[in-house]
Amino acid sequence: MTAVAAPASPELRIAPTVLNRAEHTIEIVSDAGEGAQKCGQIFGAVSAKMGNGVWTVEIIPAEIQPPPRTAEGASGNRVRFGTGPVTNGGDETNLVIAFNEQVLLGRHRLGALASDAIVLLENSWATSSNPDIRSAWDKTLAELSTTSYRIIEVPMEQQCLTIDENPRKGKNMFALGLLAYIYDRSLERIDEQIAYAFRKKSEEVYNRNVALMRLGVEWAAANLDFRIEVPTHPPTEALVVMNGNEALGMGALASGMELCAMYPITPATSVSHYLAEVFSKFGGILHQAEDEIAAVGVAIGASYSGKVAFTITSGPGFALKTEFIGLAVITETPLVIIDVQRGGPSTGLPTKVEQSDLLAALFAEPGDAPRVVIAPATIEECFHVVVTARQIAETFRTVVIILSDANLSTGVQPFPRPQLKKEWLAPELDLAPVKQGQRPYEWDARTGTSPRSIPGQPGGMFTVTGLSHDEGSKVAYGAGVHQRATTMRSRKLAVLQQTLLRPAINGDQDGDLLVVGWGSTKGAIEEAVERARAEGIRASSVHLTFLSPLQPGLKEIFSRFRKVMTVEINYSDQPGDPFITEENRRRGQLAMLLRAQTLCDVDCWTRVPGEPLRPGFIHQAIRDAALTLTGARP
Amino acid sequence: MTQCAILPMLDDDEREFALGDYEGAVARWCPGCGDHSVLTAVEKLLVAEQLKPEQTVFVSGIGCSSRFPHYLKTYGFHGLHGRALPVATGVKLHRPDLDVFVVMGDGDCCSIGAAHWIHAIRYNIHMVAMLLDNSIYGLTKKQTSPTTPQGFKTNTQPFGSFLPPLNPLTTTLGTTNVSFVAQTAEWVPAHLYATLRAAYRHQGFSFVRILQRCPMYTQGMYEAAVRDPGMIELLVHDDGVVAPELDKIYRNRATHDPSDLDSARRLAEDSTRIRLGLFYRNESRARYDLLRKPPKVTSSERIALLNQELDHYAV
Ligand SMILES: Cc1ncc(C[n+]2csc(CCOP(=O)(O)OP(=O)(O)O)c2C)c(N)n1
Ligand code: SF4
Ligand SMILES: [Mg+2]
Repeated sequence: MTAVAAPASPELRIAPTVLNRAEHTIEIVSDAGEGAQKCGQIFGAVSAKMGNGVWTVEIIPAEIQPPPRTAEGASGNRVRFGTGPVTNGGDETNLVIAFNEQVLLGRHRLGALASDAIVLLENSWATSSNPDIRSAWDKTLAELSTTSYRIIEVPMEQQCLTIDENPRKGKNMFALGLLAYIYDRSLERIDEQIAYAFRKKSEEVYNRNVALMRLGVEWAAANLDFRIEVPTHPPTEALVVMNGNEALGMGALASGMELCAMYPITPATSVSHYLAEVFSKFGGILHQAEDEIAAVGVAIGASYSGKVAFTITSGPGFALKTEFIGLAVITETPLVIIDVQRGGPSTGLPTKVEQSDLLAALFAEPGDAPRVVIAPATIEECFHVVVTARQIAETFRTVVIILSDANLSTGVQPFPRPQLKKEWLAPELDLAPVKQGQRPYEWDARTGTSPRSIPGQPGGMFTVTGLSHDEGSKVAYGAGVHQRATTMRSRKLAVLQQTLLRPAINGDQDGDLLVVGWGSTKGAIEEAVERARAEGIRASSVHLTFLSPLQPGLKEIFSRFRKVMTVEINYSDQPGDPFITEENRRRGQLAMLLRAQTLCDVDCWTRVPGEPLRPGFIHQAIRDAALTLTGARP
Repeated sequence: MTQCAILPMLDDDEREFALGDYEGAVARWCPGCGDHSVLTAVEKLLVAEQLKPEQTVFVSGIGCSSRFPHYLKTYGFHGLHGRALPVATGVKLHRPDLDVFVVMGDGDCCSIGAAHWIHAIRYNIHMVAMLLDNSIYGLTKKQTSPTTPQGFKTNTQPFGSFLPPLNPLTTTLGTTNVSFVAQTAEWVPAHLYATLRAAYRHQGFSFVRILQRCPMYTQGMYEAAVRDPGMIELLVHDDGVVAPELDKIYRNRATHDPSDLDSARRLAEDSTRIRLGLFYRNESRARYDLLRKPPKVTSSERIALLNQELDHYAV
């Protein structure tokens, strides 16, 4: 259904209907380069500041500048916000602002929009001088007229032209104004946020953007017959709001690491964009190396000679780093590696989320190369995990891999402001002489750990080597030596494992179904479990932060449920697919790991949709799994 | 050296280092291997320059030549095949106070590590990079390397190497921001030493190609040149490699001003004779290590700065 909103004179206007909602999900979609992302980011930040729970995520086309006005080229931002905390992107979108009908069509075809979605659609295309555009418009609106969306045409370009001769540049702020009116957002806070977003631009740019935003507010006030109220609760504690990659970057600053070497790769690069701006102030160096191999080599060289260093990458780059990771393991050089996962294999889905690097993170190297793997589940954890990773790497003289993903990297969520501590920072280099007689790998047989000496320390001179070696770092191929050294490196993981907490169970401590997840799916899984429990399904969930070593108690926890099932964003064969049997079925990566480690019959429900798993879909999977249980025992 | 463990009060500057202070494990190269001579020259340099063993790091890749750090008693990093330069880059970026030497084989540097080689030249970070070029893969037993002469029979190209060899000198001299390129031969110890000394004293990335005999797999490759100094042309200049003791033996001499890049490239390109000496030196090239020197920041300052950062993101 289409309605053209006509400007009404103030005295004729009826007060708008106010719809009350506990949460709402909006998106702004445009051609790439029209600034929809900025609009969404500012809206998300302002909503968080006003006291809504918020989860923002980018809608990114695969190409930088896809052809304009195409269904595949939709670019923008999606914001889910609510009165309570919001832990994930949720299901479908309730309100869309689209800068052309084609990007709207793209979102419609992806099933991104709720059936009763409100659509605010730029209508300048209807009267375009280009007959192709006019006919595309007519055709698309005809297709969409079969839906029950409420489509409201908005003359965005016509309005923006009154302020800016390039409407492509101004529509995003006009759209922000529409949202500000609809959701009653604080204009002062929006002004502040615009000032921050354009802090590198001139005063004139700021003024024009504010004017465009206010024009959007005025137009909406004069023309829309509804407003939507999502009540806010001003936050009681200090919060910060940022995306996962910024959180990783800030976590690195809080950890006191001083060197990051990387090679650009989506979706990890923005961590380095952030660090590139601020790191040197903190005494740090962001080194863009000639490739990923060099990047990890530089990080290892730096770590070897002083403070733990780190490298950031995504799947294809991680693959290149594996030989060096093995070297760091055998030389016991502390190292932190951040892998912001994307869809794979190979170049795969560069901008889209997947959790397919788990087994590579654990096992990619030839030889036995035990290392620590940690997966943050929230934006807040992205911050703190880097501090933890640095500490573990140094304490255990080991490699720590952080598995984030494309969902966390661009997801924006408020979280309690970290109360920074000096203990988080890497200590200053200690170049005191090495204790006389101390050998380079003086393994404590109880823990596998050994003190590390660095260049500059008198008396500690030795040559590290990737060859098998003894305590003295002497190359030694003897069976006994290799067995012992390999044992010592492995023992460190066992010792670390003993210090970890059992994972907390979300929901009842026992029941029919236990969902196990890791990484960015936590919010969606817990929301789905809540919904299932509300229907009477006896489901609970646990979320694993440590993947290597695995947290203690898993087997015992699993034994309290009739069925255990992982939910992951990676591939698994689906039972019932052609040729798939119990024996040949390839399972989700965490499921494989848990089966091997616990001997429990862990099932999995995994998908690779190139987008975060929606809680609604997980909910359905839980229902289906519960049904098989009751089917088995009527 | 007077043991600092015995006399811990001794000021650093009063320590005096002798050859024994730099000696590590007994070298395990084949008898007659040219790598022995390089080790001797390097030890002599360490003594002459009185480098503090704990402040000195030798980084290598994998190969016969890359065993080098084990035979010294400095800090050493025997890493991965082809990847010595990234590790050395990391060391030097994080710890500019250290003296860094890199030892690579021809497979190491010019084949598997070629990308790093090109970029290390351009970064121009202060360190000495030695290419121990025996024109063969030694450790893995006689396979063709990028610098193997055309027609030379190896285990992977038994009917003779197919292609003309890569010229490490022209490659280096052709790379943007190159700052020091020299060639020497391990069988001319005085030249080897003088070259390494010049390389060490150069402020920037010093690339030294050392022609190296491998009696095991390329026996005879340099035999004629060893016997007949007339086959070698020394590049001489007051600003170049200066080794007056060679004057009487090496009579083929060409005066070459190491600041002249065009002439350096011409001399390097011409393969009719073996030229030893300093091809190019330029200390005014951009240095990545100097450009990337961050300030020292205390932990209180860090926390204050990070709190300012968090303020930008505060709700
Ligand atoms: C990634 C990798 N590929 C291959 C090897 C096997 N390998 C070890 S040394 C070497 C070549 C050695 O030749 P060179 O670098 O010229 O050194 P040399 O032994 O002649 O001193 C090769 C191919 C390896 N160690 N690592
Ligand atoms: S094989 Fe050749 S390079 Fe290797 S140690 Fe023997 S002589 Fe030297
Ligand atoms: Mg060789």
